[in-house]
Amino acid sequence: MAKPSMKPSLPGPEDIYRVQLPNGITVLARSNFSSPSISMGGYLPAGSIFEVDEKLGLADFVSSCLMRGTQTRTFDEIYNELESVGASMGFDSTVHNLNFGGRSLVEDFPLLLKLLSESLFAPAFPKNEVENLRVHMLTGLALREQDTSDLAAMAFDRMLFEGHPYSRPGDGFVETIQSITRKDMQEFHHRYFGPSGMTIAIVGAIDPKKAAEAVEKVLGSWQIPGQVSPPELPDHKPVKKTVTNHHVLPGKSQSDLVIGMIGPGRKDPEYFPASLGNSVLGQFGMMGRIGEVVREKSGLAYYASSSLSGGTGPGSWEVSAGVNPKNLKKAIELIEKELRRFVKSGVTKDELADSQANYIGRLPLSLESNSGVAGAILNMERHSLGLDYYQRYEGMVRGVTRADVLRAARKYIDPDRLVISTAGP
Amino acid sequence: MENKITKVSLKNGMKVLLKEVHTSPIISSWLWYRVGSRDEPTGKTGISHWTEHMQFKGTKKFPANILDKAISREGGRWNAATSRDATHYYETMPADKIDLALQLEADRMNNSHFNKKEVASERTVIISEREGHENEPVFRMTEAVQQTAFRVHPYHHEVIGDMVDLRTITRDDLYDHYRKYYVPNNAVLSVAGDFQTKTILKRIRELFEPIPRGKTPPRLSRPEAEQKGEVRVSVEGPGETTFIQVAYRFPNATHPDYFPLQVFDSLLCGASGLSSKTSRLYRALVDKKYAVEVSGWSEATIDPYLYRITMIKHPKRKPDEVLAALDAEIKKLQDVFATRDEIKRAVKQARAVFVYGNENITSQAFWMGYVEMFSSYEWYTTYLDNLAKVTPQDIQRVAQEYFQPASRVIGTYIPKGSEA
Repeated sequence: MAKPSMKPSLPGPEDIYRVQLPNGITVLARSNFSSPSISMGGYLPAGSIFEVDEKLGLADFVSSCLMRGTQTRTFDEIYNELESVGASMGFDSTVHNLNFGGRSLVEDFPLLLKLLSESLFAPAFPKNEVENLRVHMLTGLALREQDTSDLAAMAFDRMLFEGHPYSRPGDGFVETIQSITRKDMQEFHHRYFGPSGMTIAIVGAIDPKKAAEAVEKVLGSWQIPGQVSPPELPDHKPVKKTVTNHHVLPGKSQSDLVIGMIGPGRKDPEYFPASLGNSVLGQFGMMGRIGEVVREKSGLAYYASSSLSGGTGPGSWEVSAGVNPKNLKKAIELIEKELRRFVKSGVTKDELADSQANYIGRLPLSLESNSGVAGAILNMERHSLGLDYYQRYEGMVRGVTRADVLRAARKYIDPDRLVISTAGP
Repeated sequence: MENKITKVSLKNGMKVLLKEVHTSPIISSWLWYRVGSRDEPTGKTGISHWTEHMQFKGTKKFPANILDKAISREGGRWNAATSRDATHYYETMPADKIDLALQLEADRMNNSHFNKKEVASERTVIISEREGHENEPVFRMTEAVQQTAFRVHPYHHEVIGDMVDLRTITRDDLYDHYRKYYVPNNAVLSVAGDFQTKTILKRIRELFEPIPRGKTPPRLSRPEAEQKGEVRVSVEGPGETTFIQVAYRFPNATHPDYFPLQVFDSLLCGASGLSSKTSRLYRALVDKKYAVEVSGWSEATIDPYLYRITMIKHPKRKPDEVLAALDAEIKKLQDVFATRDEIKRAVKQARAVFVYGNENITSQAFWMGYVEMFSSYEWYTTYLDNLAKVTPQDIQRVAQEYFQPASRVIGTYIPKGSEA
C-alpha cells in the first residue's frame, strides 16, 4: 500500500515558541509554511462568572460589542478592513473566559493584531450599535424559546448545577438583556479586561519568534493596574435523586432529551478514563452503545450520543437525542438501561482497545489545519497539560485500563441520580 | 497554489482523480455517484438519501457492526451526504490506513445487503431526521419556496424527501435504485494526500476494476417553464420571529453568467465563508433596522436552480417594508455600475477562502470530486481567473437579467399569534 512519505509531527516544546510578556500575556506560536495563511486564537479571564443574576448575558453582550466600534474606528470600518482582505475575527464568551479567534492570509496578520488590540483596549460601545445588538440578542432568545434542543439543554444545566455559575445560560434572559445598559458594559470592560491571564496562540506561515514579537509590539504595552481576578469556582450541590423536567413546546414534530450527571473536570485524574469510557458509551463508530441501541437497533432517533464537557471546572456527562414525541419514554428507558450496564460492567477489552486506537489514530486529523493546531496549543496551556502533552498522548491513552474506566464510571454515574430534561409537544 | 492532478479512467468507466499532497500524513478518499434527489420520480422522493443511509448497513465482507468500527479504530473520519445532483462517501484516514477505506468503497459499490429488517429500522431513523428538520422554521419555509419554484423539474423536493414517500418506499425500491446508479461508470473517485500516485493507482485498479460496468443510468430532467410573474407563499408555525426568503432563478454552474453572479452575490450578500457585515444588504437592511440578519446562498448545480436571500425580519417592520428595502438595493446594482475596486475585493476574498481550504487535505479531495459532478477540475482551477475577468458591465447586465420580480418566489414564515 501507499507508504506515507512523512512521519506525523506532533506539536511539542521543540517547535512551539512560548514566551510570557512582562505585562502577563502568554504568547505561543508554531509555524506551518504549507499554506500562506495564519490562524490566531486565545482567551482572557473575563467570562460570565463575573455576572450578577440580574444582568445575565452581560459578558456575552460585551463580547459581541467589541468589534462594533472602537475609539478610532466605526463598526463598518473595522469589518471593511477585515472583509476586504478575506480575513475574519470574532469574540465570544464562556463562564470563565472571553475567547477570540481569527484568520487571514499571512500578509494581513498585522491587521488582525491591530484590530484585536483595538477591540480589547478601546471598545466604544456605540449607543446605536448597543441597541442594534440588543434586538439581535432578543431575537436569538425568541428563537431559543422555540428550539427543543436548546430548551432541553438549558433546563438540564439549571437542574444539574443548581445555584452554581454553570447553571446559568450565557445568553441570559429577555428581562436581563433588556436591563443591561451601556454603562454596565463599559464597567464590565473596565474592571475585568486586562493582560493578566491572557493567552494568545498563533499558527501559520510565519517564524514563531517573529509572530511573538509582532504580538508584543501591539499588546505588550497594555497595562491595567487593579485588574480584578476571577472568583473561585464554588462547589456544586450533589444530585440526591433523579429529577425530571419536561418543557412543553406545542407544534413541534420532534422532542429533544438530555440525560446526565456531573462529570469530571479536565484536570481530574478520572478525566482520561472517563473520556475513553464515554467514547464506548456514546461516540465510537456510529455513536457508540447509545447510538447502537437507540438508532441502529430501535430506529428511534437520527441522533443519539453522549459527551463529556469538563473544562476548568467539573462538566456534565450527558446523553442527548432527538426523537419522535411518542418515543420519548422508550428512548429514556433504553438510555437508562445502557447507563446501568455501563456502571455495572464497564467496557470490554475489545471496546476499550477500539476507542484507544481511535483516539491515537485521529490525532493527526485534528492537527491538520492551522486552527486545529492553535486549538490544541490553547488546550495545553489552558489546562496546564504541558507542551509535550500531544507527544505523551499515545502513552497516556494506552495506559488506561478497563478498571480505570469502571472506576471513573462508578464515581460519576449513578443511574438512580440522574437529571432528565426533555422538550417538545 | 499547487493544482497538479492525475486523471485516469478505469476499464469499467470509473473516473479516478489523484492529487499528491505531502503536508500531513493523511489521505482523504471521496467516492461520488451521479445520483441525487433530482433523479427521483414522484412517489420515490428521498430514495437517494435513504440509499446512502443503507450503504452503512453492511456487506458480506464488512457487516454493519464491523464497518464503522473498522474505520473508527484506525482513527479515520468518514461520512456521506446526498445533494440534489450527487451522492458522496468519504473517508479521511492516517495515510498508512487508507487501504481499508478503498476496500470498503469497492465492496459496497456492488455488495450491499439492503436487508429488510435494516430497511425498516432505517425508515424510522430517516423519518426522525425529517421531523428534526420540520422543527426548524427555515427548513419549512425553504421547502415551500423550492416546491413553488419547481413544479416540473425534479429539483422541486427536498433531498430528505416527502413524508408520504418515506412511509411507503420499499426495500425493493431501494435495492433497485442502488443497482441502477451504483455502477463504476457512474462513479468518480477523488483521492488527495500523502501517497505516491503510481502505487495508489495500482491498488485502486486492483480493487475497483473487477467491478463490472453497468448500463449508463439516465438523469431525470424536465426543464421548468419560464416563470411569468412573482409568486408568494407562506407557512405558519409556532414562535414570534418572521423569516422571509426571496428566491431568484440562477443558471447552472457552467453557464457563462455564473461567474458575474458570484461577484454579484459577493457584493450583495458578502463572500461565502467570511463574515458579511459590509455587504450591501447588511448595510441597507441590518444597519438600517429592516432585518436582524440577512444572508445569500447559491449552489453550483447541473440544471438552473435558485439564488436565495434569507432574512430575519426586524420586529418593528412589516414584511413589505423589508422587501421594498431589498428591492431598492438590487435596483442600485441594476442602475449604477459596481466599481472595479469592489470586484477586486471580491476576488481577494475568494482567494483567501481558497487558501484556507487548502490547509486541509480533506477539502482538497472534496473539491476535485465535487466539481466533477457538474463540470470538471478546470472549473475549480480557473475559478479565480474567471472571477477576475468580470467587469462592472457584466454585473449590471446579470443584475438586470436575473433579478426581476417577475421571476422570483417570495416565502414567508409567519409565526402564529404575532401581528407579522
